[in-house]
Amino acid sequence: MSDWESVIGLEVHVQLKTRSKIFSGAPTAFGAPPNTQACAVDLALPGVLPVLNAEAVRMAIVFGLAVEGEIAERCRFDRKSYFYPDLPKGYQISQLDEPIVSGGHLDIETGDGAVRRIHLTRAHLEEDAGKSLHEDYRGRTGIDLNRAGTPLLEVVSEPELTSPAEAGRYFRTLHTLVRTLGICDGNLNEGSMRCDANVSVRPRGSLVLGERTEIKNMNSFRFLDKALAFEIERQIDVLESGGSVERQTLLYDAERDETRPMRGKELSDDYRYFPDPDLLPVVVTQSMLAEARATIPELPAAKRRRYVDQLGLSDYDARWLTVDPDTAAYFDAAATACGQPKATANWVMGDVAAAVRREDAAWTDVPVPAAQLGKLIERIEDGAISGKIAKSLFKTLWDDGGDVDELIDSQGLRQVSDSAEIAAIVRQVIDANPAQVEQVRSGKTRVLGFLVGQALKASGGKANPRQVSELLQEALSGDI
Amino acid sequence: MTVGQFATIADLRTALRSGTTSAVELAREHLDRIARSELNSFVTVCEDDALATAREADEQIAREGQSGLLGVPIAHKDVFCTAGVRTTCGSRMLAEFVPPYDATVVTKLRDAGAVMLGKTNMDEFAMGSSNENSYFGPVANPWDATRVPGGSSGGSAAAVAAGLVPAATATDTGGSIRQPAALCGVSGLKPTYGRVSRYGMVAFASSLDQGGPMARSALDLRLLLRHMEGHDPLDSTSADIGPTPRDAHRRGLRIGVPREYGRDLDARLAATVDDAAAVFEGLGHRRLDISLPHTGYATAAYYVVASAEASTNLSRYDGVRYGHRAESPADLDDLYARSRSEGFGAEVKRRVLTGTYALSIGYYDAYYRKAQRLRRLVRQDFLDAFAAVDLILAPATPSTAFEKGALLVPDETKDPTVMYEQDIYTVPVSLAGLPALSIPCGNVDGLPVGMQLIAPHFGEDRLLALAESFQRETDWHQRTPAI
Repeated sequence: MSDWESVIGLEVHVQLKTRSKIFSGAPTAFGAPPNTQACAVDLALPGVLPVLNAEAVRMAIVFGLAVEGEIAERCRFDRKSYFYPDLPKGYQISQLDEPIVSGGHLDIETGDGAVRRIHLTRAHLEEDAGKSLHEDYRGRTGIDLNRAGTPLLEVVSEPELTSPAEAGRYFRTLHTLVRTLGICDGNLNEGSMRCDANVSVRPRGSLVLGERTEIKNMNSFRFLDKALAFEIERQIDVLESGGSVERQTLLYDAERDETRPMRGKELSDDYRYFPDPDLLPVVVTQSMLAEARATIPELPAAKRRRYVDQLGLSDYDARWLTVDPDTAAYFDAAATACGQPKATANWVMGDVAAAVRREDAAWTDVPVPAAQLGKLIERIEDGAISGKIAKSLFKTLWDDGGDVDELIDSQGLRQVSDSAEIAAIVRQVIDANPAQVEQVRSGKTRVLGFLVGQALKASGGKANPRQVSELLQEALSGDI
Repeated sequence: MTVGQFATIADLRTALRSGTTSAVELAREHLDRIARSELNSFVTVCEDDALATAREADEQIAREGQSGLLGVPIAHKDVFCTAGVRTTCGSRMLAEFVPPYDATVVTKLRDAGAVMLGKTNMDEFAMGSSNENSYFGPVANPWDATRVPGGSSGGSAAAVAAGLVPAATATDTGGSIRQPAALCGVSGLKPTYGRVSRYGMVAFASSLDQGGPMARSALDLRLLLRHMEGHDPLDSTSADIGPTPRDAHRRGLRIGVPREYGRDLDARLAATVDDAAAVFEGLGHRRLDISLPHTGYATAAYYVVASAEASTNLSRYDGVRYGHRAESPADLDDLYARSRSEGFGAEVKRRVLTGTYALSIGYYDAYYRKAQRLRRLVRQDFLDAFAAVDLILAPATPSTAFEKGALLVPDETKDPTVMYEQDIYTVPVSLAGLPALSIPCGNVDGLPVGMQLIAPHFGEDRLLALAESFQRETDWHQRTPAI
């Protein structure tokens, strides 16, 4: 065991999925041509003024309630000053000492299935900056202000995470939560959640925190893990070789997969915070709280408990299904439709998930509606179709759509359970395969499987396999 | 027929209604006067646009008759953004800046039918009390060209005083409407903070900036205010209240005269305020001595707060997106440093540095926080006073218009706060966010003297009513410079 332990705190910038920006009416959609979604306010033209987007406030309140934090009755915005080309006003509007959410917690699962409570320091609203495009614009840097003014909720954890793996679980738990709450699209590759980490190491068991460094701009689970592991190892190396860790800010460069100290311009020793005189204090009323509370859906932890306790799913299945709220929603709808949660879980985690992966589909947009999947499962359970037929029917539904019952009828897929009909097929198979029949009769019972297969084939897959097997055995023994 | 050069808006409306003049005729006459003027009160003149707008106004008058400000020529202080017309704010930084939008005030006045003739000169970014800080050169006082018109709305004040326009918009952060109005002998109103939208007004100090009108009578101020005020969803700090209501409480008012305001005042100016008080007493009002004990701290508090806000408001002028940009910068730091060094004048730099200092770690508590505390005390002084009086009467400036260059700071040997002391009577009102107007009340050595009337928040009607009654009794506002 290592003699060192790491202490990690995360600051996650969650992009809120409001339609317009936090202080202007410009749209927030990702991927538009540069500077086509930046209005006069986002460009910081002279004389323009910020107007707070009420939807961003509502989303921050929803988050605060979901993590059981304290929602400030009154909070305000501050100006955080620094010069950078993608920061049009020369200051960012943020919240310094009156954040909208204080405290709260996020419960993460540890590797052994236990739960650890990570406390939150705060969550505050602020505006995003634009992007500096360092591709070659004839030797210049391009500035895209489409992202400038996108609302961010900065969620700050206490330094309670003890390993890169735990930090990763915290980030994933937060990811699932904000998506469940519908306040963030969670598209990490579009920068919808970006993470800064404060990292320090100390001798195991020590109560004193070591000097920390800050790693900025990690936007994927993998990068977070790699950057933290790299930095923790670096600090341990420094300390073990008798040096001391220097407080500094490192930038994680995803393209080069490395951390390096940030350039001076992106940093400032003194942001000269002061209350923004262009904005009035935000007052959160009881009715705003009540309205927000009413919109909070079932949270992931509660959902997991319900799957295990009420639906009888295994812990593994419950966790698998609740990682992504859209998957859980699909499962819920299908399970409700057929009343067969276990079978539904098997289907969702099996054929549906495989098709989603293969076709790179979204869970919100699965071509087989949850109700149809439910019906499909019902038809298996009531014996109308076989599992095998169901699988091919699912493929048809995925590719071409349609209604389960109509397809069963129109394509004649109903399982044959009529003894006379099956007996006739069995007779045909026996007559057509005298050699194999002889083998079975001489004790080579393995060959019975071949005959069952022939019978099923002859029925077009519709014959009930168990019935076929029973009737075959009866027929062959009767002939002896 | 020509209407008098110093006609009020009320006169012009009568003439437009009776058909003795037309909007085009008025626009031509005034444009002609502007072209011949040597005051340097305009930065930009919009002749073609003005005549086109005037023609439309005449057509509308022919169809529907004259109403509102239809056909009335005005000018905008060059701090208000005007779509398609460059808006310089008196700065080299914005010398070529053409906004793609109108300030809310500009939109409202256009909707009321006003014909904009051009943009008036001003101290750079509205920082100054003499109009000598403009990149486009100083403005002369129409009463004496060797003297300053006051600032920062010196161009608007001089233009109205000289009969180049009957009215102009202006802005007041620490006295920039009231002081030049006083020095040029015109009427100027600084509304309650929040009464008039700040959207599209280039920001100096956001918690203090307030747009308002300048004109030749209180009656005209009332008409202009009606077409400038109102809640604006684009300005979060604009007050969500209705139009200025008529204040029934107009007779037998208690008028307070703060004793702290006489201390640095020229005795001859003090006498004009006493005379004005006597006029009010003659109208049945009562004069009461009051105290505003924290007045002495106001100027210092103001310069800390205003500069702090300005230091961040002006951070956007970085040479990256618009405005002055240094030639062939070596790197990003060089781009910032040279664009701003070249683009800003000395006074702007001084205030950006002062404000940056006041907000810095280690100084924030000593300066910014303390200044905010003083601001609250100054405001409370007024609120306490208004428990006992209905209005406050005070001088507007410590002196009449001073000589150009007299208070300028050519180098580090002079103290910039000497110029700042010009604002001692106007700054407390700004810190308190109160409405106040400045109207002519006397003449000393051939130069106009102004007095201030100050009302409780949103008490513009009472202010205007009292000023109107004063102007019915006196003719100071009708005196004009010899031109």
